[in-house]
Parts: sequence; C-alpha cells; structure tokens
Amino acid sequence: MDIQLKRGLLDACVLAAIKDEDSYGYKIIKDMKPYLDMSESTLYTILKRLEAAKMLTVRTAEHEGRLRKYYHIEEPGLKRIEEFKEDWKEIMAVYRFITKEDDPNE
Amino acid sequence: MNKEQFLNELRSRLSGLPQTELEERLSFYAESIDDRVEDGLTEEEAVAGIGSVDEIVEQILNEVPLSALVKEKVRQRRAMKLWEIILIVLGFPIWFSLLIAAFAIVLSLYISLWAIVISIWAVDMSLAACAVGGVLSAVWYLIQGNPSSAFFMLGAGVLCAGLAVLLFYGCVELTKGMIWLTKKMILGIKAMFVGKETVEQ
Repeated sequence: MDIQLKRGLLDACVLAAIKDEDSYGYKIIKDMKPYLDMSESTLYTILKRLEAAKMLTVRTAEHEGRLRKYYHIEEPGLKRIEEFKEDWKEIMAVYRFITKEDDPNE
Repeated sequence: MNKEQFLNELRSRLSGLPQTELEERLSFYAESIDDRVEDGLTEEEAVAGIGSVDEIVEQILNEVPLSALVKEKVRQRRAMKLWEIILIVLGFPIWFSLLIAAFAIVLSLYISLWAIVISIWAVDMSLAACAVGGVLSAVWYLIQGNPSSAFFMLGAGVLCAGLAVLLFYGCVELTKGMIWLTKKMILGIKAMFVGKETVEQ
C-alpha cells in the first residue's frame, strides 16, 4: 500500500482506539487486533509522532503496583479523525470510479 | 526467553540509541509484557508475542535517522585523558588519511558496481538500436532489389530484438539487486553505530 496512505490510516486507527476513553499500549493493540495486526514497535513510533503533533497527551498512573502509561486524545486528534473521514470519502469515490468497469450492473 | 533476558538483549543491541529514548522504549516493551501476563499469558508467551529481538532492532534502525545515531556515538561517555588527546592530534595525518582511503575504497567499489549495471543497460539499448537498424536496412535492400541481403538483415534485426528483450529482464533484476544492496549498506552503516559494543557505564 502507498506509504502516505498507510501512515494516515494507522494514525487514525490509533486515535480511534483512544477516542472514547484513555487507553494504554497493550489495550490499543488488542482493540485493533480484529482489524489490523500492529506490533509494539510500530505502535510506539505512531504514539510518539501523535504526541509530537499534540494530538494526544500521556500520563503515567499506577496499576497493580507498577506504572502504566495512559494516552488521552486531544482536540487536534479529534480533528484529525474528522479529516480522515472526509479524506476517505474522496478515496471511496475514486475507488468506485476505478471498480466501475468491473461491475456488470452499471 | 523471559522478560529480563529479552530486555537485557534489547538494551545491549540498542546501546547506540540516545539514552532517554532507549529507556522509554524498554519501559514501553516491559509494560506491554506485564499487561500480557496479566491477561493470562505466561512470561515466555508474552515475550514471544512482542516479536523477535532481531525484527525489533531492524525496524528501529530503519526508523531512527543516521544523524541521531552518530551524535550519540560521538558523545563522550567519559572525559579523555591528556595523552589520548595528544595522540589523536599527532596521529591525525595517519588516521585521517587511512579513514579517507577506506571510505574511498568502499565508495569506488560501490560506484563500479553501478557502472557495470549501467554498461549492461547500454548493451541492451544498443541491441535494441541494432534491431531497429536491421529492420530498416532490410526494407532498404528490398527497395534496392536485393532480397537475399534484405533477408539477412531482417534475421539479424530479429535476433538483436530477441536478445534485447531477454537482456532487459536481466537488467531490471540487476538494478533491483543494486537497490537492495544500497538499502542493506545503509542498514549496515547504521548498525555500526548501534549495538554490538557492550554497554560501558
């Protein structure tokens, strides 16, 4: 898949995974599992990128006697998800144009 | 491999990363292993779920820019002694010229490999040109009323065309091979700055 397209897709997936409630590394991977397999290394890079872009913030909290990092979505992150939905509408329109000739009903 | 071994292995293989980044990455993996164990996996299964150390190191090397690795390597972990500084300064004409020579040798080998690939491309192009030329001169001889020469030139043209097509696929594979080699070399250069050495602190 095109690198830029894939990057945008993965960013949006991670943002969606923390949209409703704050989440942590392993839970994000587990929540995305039915849709895509992401390794810890890939997730780490994406979280760092999103944090640098101020789309999410990190807080450390204690859990069962150890520390866990929780990721919280910020306003720019929510905006990014909306932008992604808009972009994807265009991509779907192009997709329909590309596959139109394959469809005997049209 | 248990959690302790996994993290130690990663730490020694990635010792060239900036210290804070290394610690942050390791604690990220450690947290994920703990969460997997809490989820009901054994420690071994949890570590296996993260992936192999080799895969992780290669992926990180691909992501981290070379400049960050060089900066970390150059940063001194301890103060240099006076005699070391004097030795480095006095030895400059020797080690610097050796360094330049080594660099030049590697670079020239790399360039000559590309030169071979380019010359094979040139052969392929000239074969293609011969094919066109052969067909055109066949037409010319035919107009001149010399069918046997025309037939010969046509045969030569078709032969060249066949060779050109075959060689074209060979050229494409060679070029792909060179691009692969270039990527491996960049990874190799990065690996020289990260890992291998034991942690000295």
